[in-house]
Amino acid sequence: MKSAVIVFPAANCDRDAQTALTQMTGKAPHMVWHQDSELPDVDLVVLPGGFSYGDYLRCGAMANQSNIMGAIKTHADKGGAVLGICNGFQVLTEAGLLPGALMRNAGLKFLCKPVALTVEETQSSFTRKYDKGQEIHIPIAHGEGNYYADENTLDRLEGEGRVVFRYRDNPNGSARDIAGILNEKRNVLGLMPHPERVVDDALGGIDGRGIFQSLIEALS
Amino acid sequence: MTKITPELVKEHGLSDSEYAKILGLMGREPSFVELGIFSVMWSEHCSYKSTRFHLKKLPTKAPWVIQGPGENAGVIDIGDGDACIFKMESHNHPSFIEPYQGAATGVGGIMRDVFTMGARPIAMMNALRFGEPSHPKTRHLVNGVVHGIGGYGNCMGVPTVGGEVNFHRSYNGNILVNAMCVGLARQDKIFLSAAKGAGNPVVYVGSKTGRDGIHGATMASAEFDDASEEKRPTVQVGDPFTEKLLLEACLELMATDAIIAIQDMGAAGLTSSSAEMGDKGGSGIELDLDKVPQREANMTAYEMMLSESQERMLAVLKPGREAEAEAIFRKWELDFAVIGITTDTSRLVVKHQGKTVADMPITALSDEAPVYERPFAERKPKAGDVAYDTSKPVLASLKTILASPDMASRRWVWEQYDHTVMADTVQVPGGDAAVVRVHGTKKGLAITTDVTPRYCRPDPFEGGKQAVAEAYRNITAVGALPLAVTDNLNYGNPQKPEIMWEIVAGIEGIGAACRALDFPVIGGNCSLYNETNGEGILPTPAIGGVGLMADVSKMATVAFKRSDDVVIVIGKTSGGSGGGHLGQSIYLREIESREEGGAPPVDLGLEKKHGDFVRGLIEQGRVDTVHDVSDGGLLVALAEMAMPRGIGASVGLAGLPDAIPFWFGEDQGRYVIAAPFAEAETIMAEARAATIAVAELGRTGGDALSLDDKSSVKIAALKDGFENWFPAFMSGEEIPVTN
Repeated sequence: MKSAVIVFPAANCDRDAQTALTQMTGKAPHMVWHQDSELPDVDLVVLPGGFSYGDYLRCGAMANQSNIMGAIKTHADKGGAVLGICNGFQVLTEAGLLPGALMRNAGLKFLCKPVALTVEETQSSFTRKYDKGQEIHIPIAHGEGNYYADENTLDRLEGEGRVVFRYRDNPNGSARDIAGILNEKRNVLGLMPHPERVVDDALGGIDGRGIFQSLIEALS
Repeated sequence: MTKITPELVKEHGLSDSEYAKILGLMGREPSFVELGIFSVMWSEHCSYKSTRFHLKKLPTKAPWVIQGPGENAGVIDIGDGDACIFKMESHNHPSFIEPYQGAATGVGGIMRDVFTMGARPIAMMNALRFGEPSHPKTRHLVNGVVHGIGGYGNCMGVPTVGGEVNFHRSYNGNILVNAMCVGLARQDKIFLSAAKGAGNPVVYVGSKTGRDGIHGATMASAEFDDASEEKRPTVQVGDPFTEKLLLEACLELMATDAIIAIQDMGAAGLTSSSAEMGDKGGSGIELDLDKVPQREANMTAYEMMLSESQERMLAVLKPGREAEAEAIFRKWELDFAVIGITTDTSRLVVKHQGKTVADMPITALSDEAPVYERPFAERKPKAGDVAYDTSKPVLASLKTILASPDMASRRWVWEQYDHTVMADTVQVPGGDAAVVRVHGTKKGLAITTDVTPRYCRPDPFEGGKQAVAEAYRNITAVGALPLAVTDNLNYGNPQKPEIMWEIVAGIEGIGAACRALDFPVIGGNCSLYNETNGEGILPTPAIGGVGLMADVSKMATVAFKRSDDVVIVIGKTSGGSGGGHLGQSIYLREIESREEGGAPPVDLGLEKKHGDFVRGLIEQGRVDTVHDVSDGGLLVALAEMAMPRGIGASVGLAGLPDAIPFWFGEDQGRYVIAAPFAEAETIMAEARAATIAVAELGRTGGDALSLDDKSSVKIAALKDGFENWFPAFMSGEEIPVTN
């Protein structure tokens, strides 16, 4: 599997994504500068977590205006896999590649802690290596992860099996405990938790590996 | 021309004798700009004029010390060509006036100190002291400071891995916000601030200069009064996004060989960075202020020289490398301007709108800055036994202590800090020391901040020793070898002899401990004048310690991990009349509402002996469960080991005459370990053979903490109080009792 990580200014989890992808795939991903307008030939594009553009204006809003976004949309339109983690998820909703929006946490505080998730869907290139209903533990680290969409959209997401991860103990007020969703074509995943932080035993868990293993199996 | 009047001199915080010295050094009346420059460079904050004489007594050398005090941060050798660069610094006064921005810019400032030396910051810590919980401002200040630290550190993508939070009424009008940054560099890529050589371009990078923070250093060198909040405009505003860009751009430039010297613009901004770089390089600097990127119109030379706008750096480049450097900063969308040149005159010359507005010898700002050996009045340290009520039930007291402001879980705080970003945090907050892995290796850096201010008032010398010893113990308890410290000395007004003595004795105590423990001081910061309306804070010499472990897979944590482990205490509990040291203990304060007695003495020889023994056990992979015994004593340590995984223990000691001092005494040099039975027997035999005091306390198991098989308390009940105090306090559900 060939991958790329987009480097937005201050999307500071770019190195973590790079490390996890290198460890899991055995190949270093391309690090793609936000002002570039083309992507290298890759199977997977990762929009990393962090604070792109300082989260000024609105999380993900400025990143959505960067040069590289056109190429990412084209990649997604052609069925290429896109993974948005945390701030990356926020960028994907701003870009319209995923529905809904991420609002300030219900508790109004930034929260960094491991959370328990249920894997709701395994029919995707991102989750096929997990078991349906499996409980996994992945850390969150965000101030604005409160997922919102109107009732119709939520019903549709549920009906189409696009709610992939759900919080078991909702930390941020997300509608229907949603932690991660797919687009209609199931090739774009956005999630607030950070799977790239739990691929290494020394860091207290390896539950994040499943996403990368699924992608490797699906895309290689 | 502004006329220099005695009033103006006084407003600049300069004494009559200091001004007389300025007249002598200049050979003429200084200009207004020059007066401003003297005022900040000679301020306590920049010149260390009250402490410099005593700071020289600190041990600063060891074979592994690459750079001691005097640079932006200290540097130690951590093997394999790697260097660890770290420092702690205070942002107390601004944080009291404007907690969010004060704390945020404190974080930003200390990060710049570390990355200006070529290091990528890999961990942040902080030591916070607030007023009593019932004080009307405390909740607001806690909230603002924690948000500020998180807001800045989280955006930078550097994990904030721990620290301290204490409450005491002495901080009601003067909170302490000390931030520590730890960074990683290659030993052959360390950048210093000496602007050597003439004719080299002086470049300005980062944010534009505005009018914010003018005279911040002078503010930090004066006592507070009720009107201090009018100083809000002197607090700087932070922009972590720009800082992150600055970090990446600086590291990118540092990968080339274009830099001769680089220094961040912190306190006293352009003034101190240019003066210090010239001073260290033995050269002069000429600045043209018209070239300085400006955020506001019509700024005067005085304002530009004294602005403390954040996220700025000054660098001296090799001639001809400007374009290459500029391209990097433009790529990161930052300002870049050549604003001056180094000279061979050893003078700081500042030009603005075609006029020379300052022209002064650089040594007048550094070497010639005043140094005072201020008089001090020694107090006899308090000593002797304290009485206590023998009828109080031990486990009920334990429950109360665990749910008290100083002892309750800080989860509410550290969950607001991203402590796992960078994917190398192998020990998260809540243990003895945080541990971050050196990226791509098995090596780990253990980091802690420590001081027990309530020991430092009755006995500043022992208190200073204890702060170092506790840092040493916390690093040891995770299995790392303590290597070096940074000190952040927070005290009151040094012009009061009784305070000056606290400073002198504190430094001597720190020095004694650092010498005995091979734990040199490689940098630090002094924050004096921490007083409001004449009321000084408890002496608070915070120690930030760093240690190294070869293999993080052997790291120990505090949590009990199995049933039937043998619980062993290493070190003697023999203070007071023989049963445990209750003077100045948490027990006495929380249970009997008394802050009395002397500080527990630290036997530095035993500290080292016990530390080496415990560390050896961890390194050999024989013990994975260790906790140092500190605030609250032995029983609190046991509860803290039981709560993380809900594994209890049955403990007791046959023939215990005085249960309360034994369980709650704060005797130093102790650790609790839990080891499987077979290992435990050997460990105790080895300890005895080495004449190390050791006692078996009991076994792990069950869901309760049981004492002498007579009484017990459920771990879940202890945990309830322990976890709930902070969130309940911050949500305003209760106004807790005054400590």
